[in-house]
Amino acid sequence: MRKLPGLLAGGVVAAAMTAAGGASADETNLPSIDGVTLQTRAEAPEGHPLTEIISGFEFRTKETQALELDDFNNPGFLMVELGEEAWSTVEGTAGKSCESCHGDASESMRGVRAAMPKWNEAAGRPFTLENQINACRTEQMGADAWKWESDAMLGMTAYIGLQSRGMPVKVDMESGEMRTWWEKGKELYYTRFGQLDMACANCHESNYGNYIRADLLSQGQSNGFPTYRLKWQKMGSLHRRFKGCMDNIRAKAFKRGSDEFVALEAYLAWRGQGLSVETPAVRN
Amino acid sequence: MAKSKPRVKVPKSADKDEVITIKTLISHKMESGQRKDKEGNPIPRQIINKFTCEFNGKPVFSCDLEPAISANPYLEFSARVPESGVFTFTWVDDDGSVYSKESKIKVN
Amino acid sequence: MNITRRQALALGAGAAVVTMTALPRLSLADTDAVKAAIDAVAGGATPEVANVTLTAPEIAENGNTVPITVAIDSPMTDDDYVTDVTILAAGNPAPGVATFHFTPMSGSAEATTRMRLAKTQDVIAVAKTSTGKVYMDRKTVKVTIGGCGG
Repeated sequence: MRKLPGLLAGGVVAAAMTAAGGASADETNLPSIDGVTLQTRAEAPEGHPLTEIISGFEFRTKETQALELDDFNNPGFLMVELGEEAWSTVEGTAGKSCESCHGDASESMRGVRAAMPKWNEAAGRPFTLENQINACRTEQMGADAWKWESDAMLGMTAYIGLQSRGMPVKVDMESGEMRTWWEKGKELYYTRFGQLDMACANCHESNYGNYIRADLLSQGQSNGFPTYRLKWQKMGSLHRRFKGCMDNIRAKAFKRGSDEFVALEAYLAWRGQGLSVETPAVRN
Repeated sequence: MAKSKPRVKVPKSADKDEVITIKTLISHKMESGQRKDKEGNPIPRQIINKFTCEFNGKPVFSCDLEPAISANPYLEFSARVPESGVFTFTWVDDDGSVYSKESKIKVN
Repeated sequence: MNITRRQALALGAGAAVVTMTALPRLSLADTDAVKAAIDAVAGGATPEVANVTLTAPEIAENGNTVPITVAIDSPMTDDDYVTDVTILAAGNPAPGVATFHFTPMSGSAEATTRMRLAKTQDVIAVAKTSTGKVYMDRKTVKVTIGGCGG
């Protein structure tokens, strides 16, 4: 059996739970969806702050995992279907749909989510998937930009994300000024915020596998977003999750799509390199 | 809210009198009536309150749902397939909307 | 290891709780609303604790979405089949969760759904057959509250 925090979750006390390290990724024990293996554990490269990179999947109970491992049971697919419909729906003054330029999403969008965020030379900043979608809408389609947390945006990011499911997260930190954004994201990751005076690292680097009250802390990996969360009872963006964490530590959260959250997203993507894209994942 | 979207999963074919598994899911927030908005006013209940499954017009399975059913209600049940035909699935919303979906099955 | 008086008391209390929860399948602790809901299905008969298997997680990661499966042992023929199964949540603001209506066309008396649980509590399934039998099962589901949300 794999040594999984998720499976041990039942009432085990925090101190006994620093189990995460040690067990190496065993291919045969990895979960899969319709034959696509999910690398939920990856070896951390040299210089990485973690000893092993572990997907949030591994920190969940078997019931929650089961929801993700069956595309019909996964309620996130309601959103994926919304995105799929929007893909071929003509909108805007140019009379185009996504499909008009990009054709079959299963070919053209494969690997896109795995490489986000990505440097955009024209904009002079990194683009998240949301940024890229809205750039297409406003510049190519002549359509209105979607709101970050709208169903339309979540549907499209889920649908595009799904095309990379199973592919390893791999971001290019050498293009343009990505390094600077990475540095900024790293600084945020280790900066204490809010009345509780906590940084991302306090929970997700130093204490993953431990409980904070009733919650089992994960590494806070971003490979499953947008994610259907049981707590939200719907799908939500990575930036919504960031905001949730900041609210919890009683900090004034940055805005979705803000430079701060984009920088943090870039840094987190780097921290999770090697994990499979799990979009649309299911989390608690 | 956005119009609800149903999803169903039914095998395309079965042996005569085989018992098959059917899965259904519909997008719906299932507002329980227990919650309050930011001003403290109760948010009125709005749920899917009834689901039915018929095969060639005959009842197979149905369910009365209460607000304690999770958002995006999921129902999984079985059906015996005596002949080729059509399953009809219907969901009824508190607001009177009725959503339905059909699925054909062939008996080998 | 030395056990202090305080620890001994704590252990004793823990043991008492374990014994109590292990005992009555037909809990005496049900509220009037829950008893009324069971009666409404059973029609006054005392349900027999048999033939019903209720499957639910021991610990629900989030009370918003708790998967449950109920399966009743029945031939499901025109002469003898399960007509209704009512699912109750004994500790929710209102106990009703769902009522499944089966027919001989259902093939088997088994259904799965996802439910909301406001706190740790018993989930109850009461089943009625076409021959007038009433069966039930119950299961305690622990619900974790008070962690991170976000």
